[in-house]
Amino acid sequence: MHDLTAITALGGAEARVDRHGGVTLAENSDLALSSVAARLGQEETCAENLTRLLGAAPPAPGKALLSDPLSAVWMGPDQWMIGADYQAHETLAQTCKDVLKSSASVTEQSDAWVCFDLSGAGIQMVMELLCNIDHRRMEPGDATRTSIHHLGCFVVCGEPDAFVRILGPRASAGSLHHALLTAMHSAL
Amino acid sequence: MTQINRLQGGQINRDRPLKFMFDGKFYQGFEGDTLASALLANNVRLMGRSFKYHRPRGPLTAGSEEPNAIVELRGGARREPNTRATTAELYDGLVAHSQNRWPSLAFDAMAINDRFSNFLTAGFYYKTFMWPKAFWEKLYEPIIRRAAGLGALSGREDPDVYDKGFRHCDLLIIGAGPAGLMAALTAGRAGADVILADEDFRMGGRLNAETFEISGQSGADWAASAVAELSSLPNVRLMPRTTIIGAFDHGIYGAVERISDHLHMPDADKPRQILWRITTRQTILCAGATERPIAFDNNDRPGVMLASALRTYANRFAATPAKRIAIFTNNDDGHRTARDLQACGVQIAAVVDTRPDAALSTDYQVLRGAQVIDTKGRLGLTFAEVKLADGSERTLECGALGVSGGWNPNVHLTCHQRGRPAWQDDIAAFVPGGILPMGMRVAGAATGALSTHQALVTGKEAARKALGLKGRAPKVADAEDMPVNMTPFWYVKGTTRGWLDQQNDVTVKDVKLSHQEGFRSVEHLKRYTTLGMATDQGKTSNMGGLAIMAELAGKSIPETGTTIFRPPYTPVPIGTFGGRMRGTEFHPTRLTPSHNWAKEQGAVFVEVGNWLRAQWFPRPGETHWRQSVDREVRQTRASVGVCDCTTLGKIDVQGTDAARFLNFVYANGMAKLPVGKTRYGLMLREDGIVMDDGTAARLEEDHFVVTTTTANAGKVYQHMEFVRQCLMPDADVQLISTTEAWAQYAVAGPNSRKLLEKIVDADHDISNDAFPFMACANITVCGGLRARLFRISFSGELAFEIAVPSRYGDSLMRKLMQQGEEFGVTPYGTEALGVMRIEKGHAAGNELNGTTTALNLGLGRMVSTAKDTIGAALSRRPGLNEADALKLVGLKPLDPETKITAGGHLMRADGPVDAAHDQGYVTSAAFSPAMNSMIGLALLKQGDERLGETLRLVSPLTDLTISVEVVSAHFVDPKGERLRA
Amino acid sequence: MIIHHPLLGPRDASEFVYLGAATLLDRPDPQTATPDDWHAYAYLRDNPAGPHRELWFHEGGDRSWLVVTRDTTTHEITDVALARDVALERRK
Repeated sequence: MHDLTAITALGGAEARVDRHGGVTLAENSDLALSSVAARLGQEETCAENLTRLLGAAPPAPGKALLSDPLSAVWMGPDQWMIGADYQAHETLAQTCKDVLKSSASVTEQSDAWVCFDLSGAGIQMVMELLCNIDHRRMEPGDATRTSIHHLGCFVVCGEPDAFVRILGPRASAGSLHHALLTAMHSAL
Repeated sequence: MTQINRLQGGQINRDRPLKFMFDGKFYQGFEGDTLASALLANNVRLMGRSFKYHRPRGPLTAGSEEPNAIVELRGGARREPNTRATTAELYDGLVAHSQNRWPSLAFDAMAINDRFSNFLTAGFYYKTFMWPKAFWEKLYEPIIRRAAGLGALSGREDPDVYDKGFRHCDLLIIGAGPAGLMAALTAGRAGADVILADEDFRMGGRLNAETFEISGQSGADWAASAVAELSSLPNVRLMPRTTIIGAFDHGIYGAVERISDHLHMPDADKPRQILWRITTRQTILCAGATERPIAFDNNDRPGVMLASALRTYANRFAATPAKRIAIFTNNDDGHRTARDLQACGVQIAAVVDTRPDAALSTDYQVLRGAQVIDTKGRLGLTFAEVKLADGSERTLECGALGVSGGWNPNVHLTCHQRGRPAWQDDIAAFVPGGILPMGMRVAGAATGALSTHQALVTGKEAARKALGLKGRAPKVADAEDMPVNMTPFWYVKGTTRGWLDQQNDVTVKDVKLSHQEGFRSVEHLKRYTTLGMATDQGKTSNMGGLAIMAELAGKSIPETGTTIFRPPYTPVPIGTFGGRMRGTEFHPTRLTPSHNWAKEQGAVFVEVGNWLRAQWFPRPGETHWRQSVDREVRQTRASVGVCDCTTLGKIDVQGTDAARFLNFVYANGMAKLPVGKTRYGLMLREDGIVMDDGTAARLEEDHFVVTTTTANAGKVYQHMEFVRQCLMPDADVQLISTTEAWAQYAVAGPNSRKLLEKIVDADHDISNDAFPFMACANITVCGGLRARLFRISFSGELAFEIAVPSRYGDSLMRKLMQQGEEFGVTPYGTEALGVMRIEKGHAAGNELNGTTTALNLGLGRMVSTAKDTIGAALSRRPGLNEADALKLVGLKPLDPETKITAGGHLMRADGPVDAAHDQGYVTSAAFSPAMNSMIGLALLKQGDERLGETLRLVSPLTDLTISVEVVSAHFVDPKGERLRA
Repeated sequence: MIIHHPLLGPRDASEFVYLGAATLLDRPDPQTATPDDWHAYAYLRDNPAGPHRELWFHEGGDRSWLVVTRDTTTHEITDVALARDVALERRK
């Protein structure tokens, strides 16, 4: 076991939680991420392998697969982000490689992103100050990449006006957190 | 606190009296008042001075089209100039000041301008103040600036915040008058996702200002119940206090919502205003119509108002500017004002109707075929001079004069794309025409259908069409359906100082002058006279000017043309466009994983590509940055230093064609790079100019990690995706950015291996034999953490770059410092990094400046001729390969103490110093601790053949001329022995 | 503007980065290209008033390059395709 200590994307020892107006903004540092891109000509094999890995077909464009222990978000043509609990799946990328073999290119992404979970009634009012997507019409499992505060982020709808997950670039975690918290205070 | 001009009734809340101050004097109004209505109720008609002539002015209108009653609201840092008193919602404690007057509104010293009006006519800037030219800046302009103008900014930082937001709907309805409310009810009841926006704080539009009934209810009550029903519908969002400021492409609208302008100050954390971007499939514009004035001499005196505005003040705000009022009209609507005012107890001096056949009334005197030709009263109207049909004149005593010249549909938003309004004869006005913004329909008075009944019918029909509703439409409620009886009448003949544009002080005479001097097209008229160029965009003045120009040109109005309108519909504070993006939040900031550690060390940071990078790490006792930087360089070259290079772009390139792909993207060969090796890579643009450089490390047969410079990471990724998708679509390559996934540190210096051996797990041999220069590998560190190690060097020393997952970066940095103590390890920043790369002669951003080729940088031989790569073909064109092409060289001043300046130009020691004899320029300069001298890198004509030559380095901007010697760019370890050690 | 992404539906133009004319897809064959061909590819562009085929990168989205046919006088967008598909089609 190595002797280095992890910090969260916001730089703390513990993940940060903020609450305002009935909405909770929680930094989620327990997310392992791995991107999967099908190799040329292997798209079908890759999809089959992914189905085996995920227990369901990989999500279509604009969609996410909200499932345990592994979840997935569509990133681009024949490309997905696989997610899992970090404690249990620190080597998620290797797990993916083992299953996908030469059908896909796998890249470890756990530390490339910061994850914020927004929950509580009123998040729609927060989201409309943040990004140009019609969050009111998102359904569970809808996922889209969009800009928040000039940052390319994934927005995954868990439950309308109750739970949304935002993945943003890790190095800008502080700016993104500031934007989310400011919007909460402004909207609620 | 008497409100002597307060009437009965109205939609004000008499239970909520509000105290406010105007020009230092306290007044009282009620909730539901605007500043203008409350001032009128307090018998204050004079609210400002005009832009150019400083003439006393009062409100002309009761809405956002107001040209005159422009005031400064609030004080201190919140002072807001140029706010229309007619839309400023009254709140308790409101403070307002009049503008453009000195020392006071009643006595304005600059009113002397009015006496010199002959000199200040159209085009006066061009005629009067052009010569002598030198006087313009020093004398004329400052005088004009002081004399003319509107309010002043506070000059302090705005304490309020602004938000931006995004809304989406199926149907956006702009304006909540009878047409808008009817459209919203129709669409809302049908279940459509509707946004109804209105600039007013009370929805209802003219229904709140009129006395007619809808289905036996008062118009205002009908509007209130419609709003109540709409509020109860979950699929309808009401946005009062929201102005749609622009119609943009593909159903996108800009909207400004005034969240806090009606409050003393915004609530904590709440924005003052929100700039919404509304995306909608369909739009119904129900913007209504604006009454237009008639021009006659001195028609700008406080008390001269639009007749419909008098109605609004009386019916909605229970306020009147005077107890005795005259009306001047060319249509039946003017009579409506007389009746309404009379019903409120206001005495009607007379209705002056230009039409010889106007209907008479038993309730008030009608002067048929008559015209108001002049007015009197020092700071407000006292008399109106009337010329009767028989040519005789009569003086009417009145404190206000309501003027009605017909109605102009508010076509503004229909023009924001390409729409050109069309002329409609029966109302003598322009109506929406040409190509409307995508998905837009127009209903109500904005179409020229001016009755309430028509508004309801067209509102309903527009909604049904927008939503594709089938079946029998329900009947609309009964409402007035008066025909428009008007005879166009634009100005009184013989008028000279009859105002058209009251905000920019443009008179009938100015338009005539414009015509006389040949500025006859609408666009020229506008620019020559400034007609319609004020903050109100000429909402009440454009038509008058156009009509007079048409008459002078002997053409019809539609032949003469019309100006179209641009966003914004009404003025928007610049802060609203900025939103939250100001100060440190102007753009997002990127922090490396060990940022906190660097901060603890007192690092000085610099912004690079949104990243904050440590520039140097001052130690106690160091008072100048050079001391810190020199120490960091010396210590690194003597022992070991660590630099955070997380910010370099990192792109994962995988796939069976990854090598082929990189071979195409980079100018130099990549195909044969062995697994476990790294190679420098030079990337060209297709035009042969260098785009970026970096390294490519082959971790596996089909897996590379390439780096880019910090600043170009995004651009290079985009370029590589372009090549992958557009130029090599049949290649098996996958790209993904992993810049932020890894914390990466350069460990450099003769002791770097010794330090790393304490970090890297023992089963990985990093000796020179096992892990030579340019090696790379997946390893583990600190007892099993996955990591990557590259033996690459930017400093010229024995050096490594080590990467761990970002979350461990902070911890690894602390570990390196702790384990390096025995070697005297130092962290170093971007300055020391820069010094060492200049000493080593490595090209960086300063040299890859978008004009240089590989040849210029001394890397010409890297561009493969054996393969096709991006940029190779055009890099070979003759123009980039001339004999005297610039080449990268080093420079040393003859006197080591003199400073070399980057940007300075090189001249022959004995030749002339001018651009024609330019030999090249300095790209980078630094003090080199290794050379104990200033050194520089330069691009010099035929530089590779001129080593040893002495040149003059000149910088005329900084008055510098020094002698420098041309040397090799490799100041330190030119043979590269250290980095292979 | 709204660009109808072939996979993701209507998306706001602010998510995209503009590059230029879609002629950039037609890179000259290095085996046969003359200097004039390269010159034309790198520098010469039509500037039509009307329909224009151009490249947009969905940077704030799925990172697809798109070929968008846009009327330069009205901004009307009549066709959007994945640039990769267009490039593959041209190779046939």
